[in-house]
Amino acid sequence: MISWWLLPLFAGLGVAATAGPLGSLVVWRRLAFFGDTLAHGALLGITLGILFDLHLTLALIFTCSVLALILLQLDKYTGIASDTLLGILSHSSLAIGLVVLSFFDNVRIDLMAYLFGDLLAVNQTDLLWILIGGLLVIGLLVWQWRGLLASTVSEELAAIDGYPVKRLKAMLVLLLALVVAISMKIVGVLLISALLIIPAAAARPLAKSPEQMAILASLIGMVSVCAGMAFSFVWDTPTGPTIVVSAASLFVVSQVYHSVRK
Amino acid sequence: MNPELVVVKTAAETLIRAQGINQTWGERHVLQNIDLAICENEIVTIIGPNGCGKSSLLRILLGLHSADSGKVTRRKGLRIGYMPQKLRIDDRLPLSVTGFLMLAPGARKERVQEWLQRLAITSLAKQPVQRLSGGEWQRVLLARALLIEPHLLVLDEPVQGVDIQGQRELYQLLPELRNELGCGIVLVSHDLHLVMAQTDRVICLNGHVCCSGHPDQVSISEEYNSLFGNQHGQQHLAPVLSNELAPELAHYTHHHDHSHCVDGHIEGSDECDHIDKSGEHKHD
Repeated sequence: MISWWLLPLFAGLGVAATAGPLGSLVVWRRLAFFGDTLAHGALLGITLGILFDLHLTLALIFTCSVLALILLQLDKYTGIASDTLLGILSHSSLAIGLVVLSFFDNVRIDLMAYLFGDLLAVNQTDLLWILIGGLLVIGLLVWQWRGLLASTVSEELAAIDGYPVKRLKAMLVLLLALVVAISMKIVGVLLISALLIIPAAAARPLAKSPEQMAILASLIGMVSVCAGMAFSFVWDTPTGPTIVVSAASLFVVSQVYHSVRK
Repeated sequence: MNPELVVVKTAAETLIRAQGINQTWGERHVLQNIDLAICENEIVTIIGPNGCGKSSLLRILLGLHSADSGKVTRRKGLRIGYMPQKLRIDDRLPLSVTGFLMLAPGARKERVQEWLQRLAITSLAKQPVQRLSGGEWQRVLLARALLIEPHLLVLDEPVQGVDIQGQRELYQLLPELRNELGCGIVLVSHDLHLVMAQTDRVICLNGHVCCSGHPDQVSISEEYNSLFGNQHGQQHLAPVLSNELAPELAHYTHHHDHSHCVDGHIEGSDECDHIDKSGEHKHD
């Protein structure tokens, strides 16, 4: 007998656990805006999925990956994947997604669920995607951890040392795309980066090594998911935003703890 | 030239060789037809004023950038230990000195500890990298470069921001390392007066290779004088520090015996009647 809240809980925990190490890398490498852009672009993926009647999760993964690779190329050749360019791409892709979606009068789509997430609507297939995707992401990150960290410290030094810097970067942004795609249902387009960044930022003052920070970020994210779900039941608030609020509260607590201890 | 030195070099193997390197950034011809080879057991100091193309040349040698034309050949399996001039690690990354050193490929805990000890920075092992002083951080960067057991050690402005004591220690250490590891060492410096005394060859760069030779010979070149003489007046003609004070340093003094001028196509180089690829032929 599976309680109705167990599926969403496991889905949320799975996403939070995956977001820990990945979010830490995003924080270290200043990819936060990059992740935001991917998330906003993901709405285009939904639109495409509906337009061509594709499996929505696959359409999402595909769109996010393509977008990630395009952004990577822009960064490489023009050096203008600056906040301006990312801002333009991010918001215009969100806007295009919204406009195109509005053309489908016959399709009833819960836009709010995509923008802010609908954790409670998670089904077994979604959970399976999250678990498989999460294991894949964590596995690859652990496998290439040293190289990823070395190129975070200095891409030049890592390249001279013989790490495959470019391939590692491509892998990282593709993993980011994958996580954005699979966690979209949990917290929605607008809040995905929050789940990546806030737990990692909250973990920073408590961590003495990169590995500690990654693990702590996972734990803080998981606590936020539990707390957010609990509060959203008690106060009847939307689950995704409540999870983000919980994470933000933990961030404040960790900052205060840090400054007091100093 | 010291005959023993030549013998050593004849036996040594070339680690890296750059041939006919040209690089243009926009309108500026930063590097013109650079030929350069570095051997095992050899210490080379590359000097030149700001904007002379040192960094471009370094990036090309390190394989971070490919030149517009020309070719760089490395000995097969060459490992380069690189000590960057600057490296700032973001505060958001919690990283201790040991954690940083463990990122060198193939680094093991024992080796990390050995180098920390050797460079007298064992006490820093657990410190966050962001809290080190300039001199401490330089040593950590050097330790990292050494951890990969390099065949070629490249140091970009290694003494910039380091006090005179630290500079002396480094200049004592490098020749020792060269003898122990048998590696080639390249130092890049903007200091045009003083180079490490143990330097086998100074290469003076200003777009092209102006002149090259043993430290004591560099200032002989008329070209060197026309380049740097005005800026520094007569300063480099007189010993700045006596050798008892700083035996690790060599200053350029005029020995009017002969000159080495590698590049023959330079204006005003008529004085360099002795055109001699001194830096090259010894290694073949």
